[in-house]
Amino acid sequence: MTDLAAPGAPASHQQPVRRRPTIPLGVALAIAWLIGMIVVALLADRITPYGVTAMDLKNRLALPGNTGHWLGTDELGRDVLSRLIASVRISLMIAFGATLISAFVGTLLGFLAAHLRGAFEQMVLMLADFQASMPFLIMALAVLAFFGSSLPTLIGLMGIYGWERYARISRGLAISAGQQGYAGAIRQLGATPARIYLRHILPNIASTLIVSMTLVFPEVILLESGLSFLGLGVQPPMTSLGNMVGYGREYLTRAPWIMLAPSLAIVVTTFAVSMLGDWLRDRLDPTLR
Amino acid sequence: MSAALAEKTAPAKVAGVQTVLEARDLVRYYEVQRGLFGGKGLVKALDGVSFSLEAGKTLAIVGESGCGKSTLARLLTLIELPTEGRLLIDGIDVTGAHGAQLKALRRRVQMVFQNPYGSLNPRQTIGSTLEEPLLVNTDTPAEERRVAAMAMLAKVGLRPEHHGRYPHMFSGGQRQRIAIARALMLNPKILVLDEPVSALDVSVRAQVLNLLADLQDEFGLAYVFVSHDLSVVRHIADDVAVMYLGRAVEHGTAEAIFAKPRHPYTRALLSATPMADPTRQKQRIILTGDLPSPFAPPPGCTFHPRCPIADQERCRAEVPVLRDVDGALTACHLAV
Repeated sequence: MTDLAAPGAPASHQQPVRRRPTIPLGVALAIAWLIGMIVVALLADRITPYGVTAMDLKNRLALPGNTGHWLGTDELGRDVLSRLIASVRISLMIAFGATLISAFVGTLLGFLAAHLRGAFEQMVLMLADFQASMPFLIMALAVLAFFGSSLPTLIGLMGIYGWERYARISRGLAISAGQQGYAGAIRQLGATPARIYLRHILPNIASTLIVSMTLVFPEVILLESGLSFLGLGVQPPMTSLGNMVGYGREYLTRAPWIMLAPSLAIVVTTFAVSMLGDWLRDRLDPTLR
Repeated sequence: MSAALAEKTAPAKVAGVQTVLEARDLVRYYEVQRGLFGGKGLVKALDGVSFSLEAGKTLAIVGESGCGKSTLARLLTLIELPTEGRLLIDGIDVTGAHGAQLKALRRRVQMVFQNPYGSLNPRQTIGSTLEEPLLVNTDTPAEERRVAAMAMLAKVGLRPEHHGRYPHMFSGGQRQRIAIARALMLNPKILVLDEPVSALDVSVRAQVLNLLADLQDEFGLAYVFVSHDLSVVRHIADDVAVMYLGRAVEHGTAEAIFAKPRHPYTRALLSATPMADPTRQKQRIILTGDLPSPFAPPPGCTFHPRCPIADQERCRAEVPVLRDVDGALTACHLAV
């Protein structure tokens, strides 16, 4: 591809220089937002102006923009900004944790199914079909009602969500790579299965998996919101974005800022993750470079 | 190369000619579950194939889809082991080999796949692709690997600057050169070529075939050339084995088979090959029907339901064995 541009130049060290140096503005903003969110989540204890449960009964339903409470207060006079910061921490922990768990579990099962075939593959496929055909919310409700809601349970439960997509993708792509493709060629050269799957197949399907993750991530946030709204997710006094939206709904007409602040955080964060994922996919693909 | 034709029991080395690959009655069966409640079916993908191959020679395996070509290729490259029969590489029996010995044998047989668009990892540079066999199989240090990869690039007619590029920057013919280079990195003695040019444009086929011929001369490689394209086979093969439903129906030197095909199936295959000779009278033998199910091969000669000349009771009852008909082995009762 570089032949025409540099006929006489030493070609072997050209490529690192030629990589696209700039990050598009939108992606830069997305990255900045996500970094900001992570910093907020990490420093939540230090930067919250008030305690999450501290009530200021004289200032109930205060408008945003006043000096004491930048984002206003809710029906009990609790500072919305402080609650938002605490919520971001909990929600991000759940969403990132769950997305990573389901990607790991799904990909692992998919690779194992592709490698072992036979009965194990059938079992994985059956589980995937079961998961896909069962509304996850109902399953989650049952589990939470049975075991009670705690943060680890919630993260673990959300980690089950979406694994079947990764499993199907990784299994299908691994099998097709093995039949007549590069993975079959590498196996014939005597490479170990670990090398084939981690060094050859994984980089090739990473882009698909990353896109999948960016789809699952917002869904996990929404799922957590739904569960919290139903009272089975994050339990008060702990607070999450979904939890805030759920309780703020009742004051939608009189004090919309209670609900809008966390809603906006959800929308912008999921959007940023999608944009980052899209850009990463292109970035990781040498054919598009 | 009539040594391949005779029933070989003699030792591998005869007067300087080295037999590198020998198959004796290779059999590969697959057990297949038929339906949810059906019993186990036995597919005889390969049902007794014998041949021997000397260094520097090319054996072409010809036949239509489902005749067992690919199974044979998988057995020869030790991806799978035969159900029965013996496979000798350099005189060492593969069926008895284990662990390190099997790994060492595996290095002597390498494979070039049909589709160069699929067989190269799109995320791996050419250099890293070529160094991979050394990395996996040997302790060669990084710098030596790089030198070896560069040398091999030159051998297959690519330039040193291609080392750092990715497969999508190359044409089909160049990719197949890279695949061939990768197969040669471990210095194998035998190359199994699974339809190496059928995915390529006609214009670059000749280039790749010439490259293969040059490499064969340089390294003394033995080729097993799996193909259904008889015009290519005629160009490159020393020996030809025609397969039908897991068995060889005709086996002999390329000259003998192309000059006078003895088996009616070979005649039908040859008549389907286009000729660049307008004066030649075209007589196409068109076979009716499909390849029979390997679950239930026809009794007697497996070819008799489609055979234009099978009219004897014998064809339906008795399995023909390979016999010498005028200089080539043929499995047909009626061949003369």
